[in-house]
Amino acid sequence: MAAIFQGVGAAAALSSSPSNSFDSKKFVFSPCRSFSVRKGASFAVVRSDGRVNLNPKGRRAQQLISNAVATKSDSAAASSSSKPGHELLLFEALQEGLEEEMERDPRVCVMGEDVGHYGGSYKVTKGLAKKFGDLRVLDTPIAENSFTGMGIGAAMTGLRPVVEGMNMGFLLLAFNQISNNCGMLHYTSGGQFTIPIVIRGPGGVGRQLGAEHSQRLESYFQSIPGIQMVACSTPYNAKGLMKAAIRSENPVIFFEHVLLYNLKERIPDEDYICNLEEAEMVRPGEHVTILTYSRMRYHVMQAAKTLVNKGYDPEVIDIRSLKPFDLYTIGNSVKKTHRVLIVEECMRTGGIGASLIAAITENFNDYLDAPIMCLSSQDVPTPYAGTLEEVTVVQPAQIVTAVEQLCQ
Amino acid sequence: MATAFSPSKFAAQPFPLNTTSQNNPLTIPTTASAFLGSTRKPILLSSSSNLNLRRGSLTVVKALSKGIPARAILSELLGKATGCCRGQGGSMHIFSREHNMLGGFAFIGEGIPIGTGAAFTSKYKREVLKEADCDHVTLAFFGDGACNNGQFYECLNMAALWKLPIVFVVENNLWAIGMSHLRATSVPPIYKKGPAFGMPGVHVDGMDVLKVREVAKEAIGRARRGEGPTLVECETYRFRGHSLADPDKLRDPAEKAHYAARDPITALKKYLIDNSLASEADLKAI
Repeated sequence: MAAIFQGVGAAAALSSSPSNSFDSKKFVFSPCRSFSVRKGASFAVVRSDGRVNLNPKGRRAQQLISNAVATKSDSAAASSSSKPGHELLLFEALQEGLEEEMERDPRVCVMGEDVGHYGGSYKVTKGLAKKFGDLRVLDTPIAENSFTGMGIGAAMTGLRPVVEGMNMGFLLLAFNQISNNCGMLHYTSGGQFTIPIVIRGPGGVGRQLGAEHSQRLESYFQSIPGIQMVACSTPYNAKGLMKAAIRSENPVIFFEHVLLYNLKERIPDEDYICNLEEAEMVRPGEHVTILTYSRMRYHVMQAAKTLVNKGYDPEVIDIRSLKPFDLYTIGNSVKKTHRVLIVEECMRTGGIGASLIAAITENFNDYLDAPIMCLSSQDVPTPYAGTLEEVTVVQPAQIVTAVEQLCQ
Repeated sequence: MATAFSPSKFAAQPFPLNTTSQNNPLTIPTTASAFLGSTRKPILLSSSSNLNLRRGSLTVVKALSKGIPARAILSELLGKATGCCRGQGGSMHIFSREHNMLGGFAFIGEGIPIGTGAAFTSKYKREVLKEADCDHVTLAFFGDGACNNGQFYECLNMAALWKLPIVFVVENNLWAIGMSHLRATSVPPIYKKGPAFGMPGVHVDGMDVLKVREVAKEAIGRARRGEGPTLVECETYRFRGHSLADPDKLRDPAEKAHYAARDPITALKKYLIDNSLASEADLKAI
């Protein structure tokens, strides 16, 4: 078996991964899953399976994932040039996706605060203004409602704008435009106008950003008829979803997370997109389905490691598509495991989890052996103090306890 | 009446009226915003209106002027599938891609950024996509009520900042449903707010078709030449209530009578006949 691996260079990374806790040799068709988690310092990235065509020459299921944040012991293997693709951080992946789409289609433009000369508050648009000019990467005054509306008007008349909310929370000021025009205009015009706009930005609970900068807008926007919502979580899906969102004729709200911008991953060199409506199978399993998205994916994977050590086999799905839900993938999983745990960063009331519970109960109630459990953030404004903030979001220990409860 | 026009300028009708529209009870001449005589070059519009059950919606008047068939509009108002928006939009959402009519907005002020975006597209097409012949000008119409709304000011700022080819037309009829403009605004003259943002603010008698036309031509010309936006305030009056739901008791009947005497359509008719530009028979034919 070892001989087969050596040829593809996967063996080095495989064997060097110290805390690989299950038999990684058995992977003819299944994806290779290896992850190591060090407390607090790094995140593991687990790739979804063969849907990805990494190498047109043949099956590359052996294509390995490096650690999300490069650590010393793995760097020798991870940065080997024999591996295809290139390594980058999540914000660079977003930037690459944006840049490629802007090159591909001259109608794609960016608008937002500090996106141009400043390069973006999280560096997602770094270098783009120099390359494409001040009109294509437009620095706007601080007027969210109006420049979002301006983006929508531009989208109606032929352009494909990418509007950035410096923090997703600021889009509350643009709610008028997002709800009425972005969401409804395609309908009220009887289908005459499409709004191919992407509204993106960082959201979620960060590190002591304060209550108003730590909001989860996905729960507020989810009811708006006519929009689509996606949340990225890895450099791979960030770039893929960004490109797909820009190419989509529908208005897409693209959620990024403040704490995930520095995740590192090796992504393919070639052009690829991710399906906007598809969920990602992070870790197949048998005992329980854990549905999550964005940052909570990493807390779940951290908990999964503990769970596996305790003998559980969780199936982890990153739902990615927040509106509409990928009930196909989710449903298949529920039919397999019969137990569902939702782990989200939204607040308990009216969050994505609440909608997901409703959707699953409506469609797959007969397949459930236990009530759906949902772990969400507390229904409070996010406190400033670090210790308090930690308590308001779901932590891996809570996930472990929940699974144990669910699987009794 | 200012005779800035020589008769030869009126070879064509000032506004492209649809022959069927005259019998349409919904065409209430509440404003005299003359539209841009030249219909050869495409012009984009957006306007905002308020409240449900609105008769004589300003949006409808503009839609008719843009050339959308009255039948399509009426069907839309009645919620029929043959309406211009398949019955999905209604009186407040009249759109026509074909006629470059960008709607039709229900919330006050929310159409102004859309118009600004359309103007941005014109500029983008010209400068980035290098479509040198793109000379679309956008006109955004709204009332005095919208002029106290944040979106209005934010868009004045952005349009002037980037010299967008847009004309902001305020139809100041002095009333926002039951709120008098004077009771809502600290500095009532709206045109004065233009220079604060670096664009000319023009005040014109909205009841005089020809004066408005002159101003419109100048503003559109300015936008086409790349000199930036203009704020045009047309002072006019609302003859009836804002909508069917408006009992319209707050307005002084004497005030209403005074303005009724200055109906722009009647005035234009008188002008045309007095100056022998058209005969009674011609006008009756329309």
